[in-house]
Amino acid sequence: MNFTLKIWRQKDAQSKGAFKEYKVENVSSDTSFLEMLDILNNDLVHKGEEPVAFDHDCREGICGMCSLHIDGHAHGPSQAVTTCQIYMRQFKDGATITIEPWRSAAFPVIKDLVVNRSAYDQILQAGGFVSVRTNSVPDGNAIPIPKADADESMDAAACVGCGACAATCKNGSAMLFVAARVSSLAKLPQGRVEGARRAKAMVAKMDELGFGNCTNTGACQAECPKQISIAHIARLNREFLAAKLKD
Amino acid sequence: MGCFLTNSSLGRKLVMSISGCFLVLFILFHMSMNVVAIFSAEAYNMICGFLGASWYALAGTAVLALGVFVHFAYAFWLTWQNRKARGNVRYAVTVTEKGVSWASKNMLLLGVIVILGLALHLSHFWAKMQLVELLGHHENNLGLEPTDGAALIKYTFSQWYNVLLYLVWFAALWLHLTHGVWSMLQTAGWANDTWYPRLKCISGIVATLIFGGFAVVVVWFYLQTVCPCLAACGA
Ligand code: HEM
Ligand code: SF4
Ligand code: FES
Repeated sequence: MNFTLKIWRQKDAQSKGAFKEYKVENVSSDTSFLEMLDILNNDLVHKGEEPVAFDHDCREGICGMCSLHIDGHAHGPSQAVTTCQIYMRQFKDGATITIEPWRSAAFPVIKDLVVNRSAYDQILQAGGFVSVRTNSVPDGNAIPIPKADADESMDAAACVGCGACAATCKNGSAMLFVAARVSSLAKLPQGRVEGARRAKAMVAKMDELGFGNCTNTGACQAECPKQISIAHIARLNREFLAAKLKD
Repeated sequence: MGCFLTNSSLGRKLVMSISGCFLVLFILFHMSMNVVAIFSAEAYNMICGFLGASWYALAGTAVLALGVFVHFAYAFWLTWQNRKARGNVRYAVTVTEKGVSWASKNMLLLGVIVILGLALHLSHFWAKMQLVELLGHHENNLGLEPTDGAALIKYTFSQWYNVLLYLVWFAALWLHLTHGVWSMLQTAGWANDTWYPRLKCISGIVATLIFGGFAVVVVWFYLQTVCPCLAACGA
């Protein structure tokens, strides 16, 4: 298959970037999107040009490092997958594909398609953990957790922290990510204890870092590779408002 | 506690939600009141009499104005912050994500249309009714009594361009509310996966009820001027 790629090139955080066109030819339909970029970079290196910088690590949809905005969609046009899980067969032969970095004030571009997502780490560090002593792994039946709660917690815990939610949101809001973390811990007994403190601390950090105010468009859940539901945002709202009213 | 309503995004959203809810309740009342005009001019004017320049009507007007102001001011504040959070560089290619309504992404635009319509509406009615009374006059510049709301309705909607402007206004309000109603509940924390389809359905019903209630009065009075025979069966 042959493709024309329109890729955002930017030397470093300070420089102004621009789109540049590249051709990739004779790639197999079973090539993954990132492998296709590897092939392009191989060509560029052979030609003595600067390869395209892009983030990736596991290449199996679990680490949350890959982050491309492809043809208007975070993680490409397919549903429920990360960028590393898409394949060239999902595109039309001969297509022009536009590849951009995440665009959000809190995720500044470092180089080409790589953005700095440490804002999400800072939000996590503000409260996305359990600080009570849980000791060694307890017996499986020692702490009974209703199946529905465990399921909801696990669904929220599927978040890989990729940043697609804030990158997609027209308000640059990080609510889906924060909600997923708050929700997954709030639904379990060990996490429940610190629920109020966690919600307040994470929301305060999110605001401090300049993320926007959610207007419930739902664009984040449509583009989230882990299909995190905005129902978790409703729970975050409850957790936060209840905590504030108790203050 | 008082300040989380200004210094936290979720607090600011709560102000948006509560002021929005207040406006929805008011507008439901206003719509019900208008529909009365179709059935009886006397009954309608009686309500207008209650809501003239009495102290409680004035207090109500003041609270309402405050509600609109808060909602409007926060809308601009939040939208300004959101644009800043989005950053200066926009995507070259954008799409409408699956299941995302146009209204939800254009709440400010719709709100501005609503407020422009409101300004027009206040000049048509409030300035010729409550304001006239406040100034101590017994007749407005159309030569009508300030409590004769029914006659004012008849006059205003005998002009086709007013009918058109009001319908555009109601349509913007309809769109604003199809998203606004469920969004305000989500913001207040009252939503989950089971309830989303229901809440969106309720939003559609509330928005359509409000649109229908207002539109039917405007259209009914316009039709009366086009086809006088309707006036006989109306008020
Ligand atoms: C004065 C002009 C208006 C402007 C500029 C305006 C603007 C906005 C904006 C920007 C939002 C935020 C979007 C969101 O959070 O989903 C919003 C929400 C809302 N508006 Fe308005 N609006 C106006 C008038 C009205 C009126 C007249 C009503 C009621 C009849 C109303 C009801 C609502 C509701 C219920 C919400 C949802 C609150 C929430 O999301 O938490 N608005 N409005
Ligand atoms: S909520 Fe979804 S889109 Fe947002 S960071 Fe987590 S996995 Fe990525
Ligand atoms: S590279 Fe790890 S999720 Fe895509």
